[in-house]
Amino acid sequence: MSEGIDEGLRSKLQQQGVWVSSMQELYNWGRKNSIWPLQFGLACCAIEMIATAASRYDIARFGGEVFRPSPRQADLMIVAGTVTKKMAPQIVRLYNQMADPKYVIAMGACAISGGPFKQGYNVLKGIDRYIPVDVYIPGCPPRPEALLHAFMELQRKIDEQKLSGASKAAHLDREQPSEFPVPAFGKHDLEPPANSNVFHPPAIERA
Amino acid sequence: MEGLEQIKARIEAAAPGAIVEMVQNASPSQQHSLKIDNEHAHDVAKWLHDDPALRLDFCSNVTGVDWPDRTVKKTVKVKKVVDGEEKEVTETTEEKIPGYLEAVYHLYSMTHKHGPVIIRMRTADRAVGAQLPSLTPIWRSAEFQEREIFDLYGIRFDGHPDLRRILMWDEFEDHPMRKDYRDPDDYEYEPTPHEEVLERAKRYYTPRPQIDGAESIVEPLNG
Repeated sequence: MSEGIDEGLRSKLQQQGVWVSSMQELYNWGRKNSIWPLQFGLACCAIEMIATAASRYDIARFGGEVFRPSPRQADLMIVAGTVTKKMAPQIVRLYNQMADPKYVIAMGACAISGGPFKQGYNVLKGIDRYIPVDVYIPGCPPRPEALLHAFMELQRKIDEQKLSGASKAAHLDREQPSEFPVPAFGKHDLEPPANSNVFHPPAIERA
Repeated sequence: MEGLEQIKARIEAAAPGAIVEMVQNASPSQQHSLKIDNEHAHDVAKWLHDDPALRLDFCSNVTGVDWPDRTVKKTVKVKKVVDGEEKEVTETTEEKIPGYLEAVYHLYSMTHKHGPVIIRMRTADRAVGAQLPSLTPIWRSAEFQEREIFDLYGIRFDGHPDLRRILMWDEFEDHPMRKDYRDPDDYEYEPTPHEEVLERAKRYYTPRPQIDGAESIVEPLNG
């Protein structure tokens, strides 16, 4: 957790009522427990997202209940549903309008790969072609528990982010882009069909 | 509701000059339809809508059909005199039928609770800007569906109040539901490719020896 402190000493101090922490730990602890998602849905996955926010599954238990209707106030984009090629530029634009630090959960088969529409002409084969995705959830649609799991994975990821050094968090690194080019409507397809700086198609491993 | 033959006869009486053809449906549904000529389509549609016995006041569905160019082979047995002897020879003739686009309307009556009556219109060819008269002025519910046909098949509806693409973006140039449409080649790895997708996969991957049944797919050519 906090570097430079011996865990045994830390535990001993805690027993005496002294809590030793680090700036990084405190900063990440605060951030990970108050993630405000952007309020928008694209398809049937959005229904599961709504269920996750409602009383039965209650994403408020993890600090993610404040769905914001403006990208300016949101930390997390849950891409819940099929991203059509006609919608993709707007999604990228919304992402660009979010303030750093920002995170993306791609929810469901469509958002991660195009899903059942992968071989069609009108659906984007995964939102990771244009914006960086932090957590992918498979499923069609994923159950609310899966979204909660993804949310907890994201919290873990935030908790592990560094404030300084070579591997510091992207939003603290001036070299890292926080906006990505919005694709244009072309004559036959989106132009470009993928952002090669972001999109790295899976390499196939063979034994 | 009266039969299609009777409707056809009444249309021809009501709208002089209109050419109405029966289009038979050989499938088990036996849902035959009437093909109406484009010139009189508006008058015929208006009559179908207003006729007190029919009152087809509800257009539930409009759809497009693409019929590409096709050749029909016919074999005919002909008696011919070959070398002074009469023989039976089979002759094959090929008939080329040029392609066309079609719009199909399903009409019901809310007043009389009957239907459907199905009418069709055909374009002259499959060229860019192939035209049909719009029936939106008669059935308002056809507006979005005619736009969809315009978008996906490329039929221009003459007299449509707002003919724009509805599903694809305005800059898009193709008509995806046409049978000769080829979608942009942004192939991605597929775990179980087959048929067309397998053909596409083969172009992107080098073949490998058959080990586990997922034939012909190996590492990508470029890393």
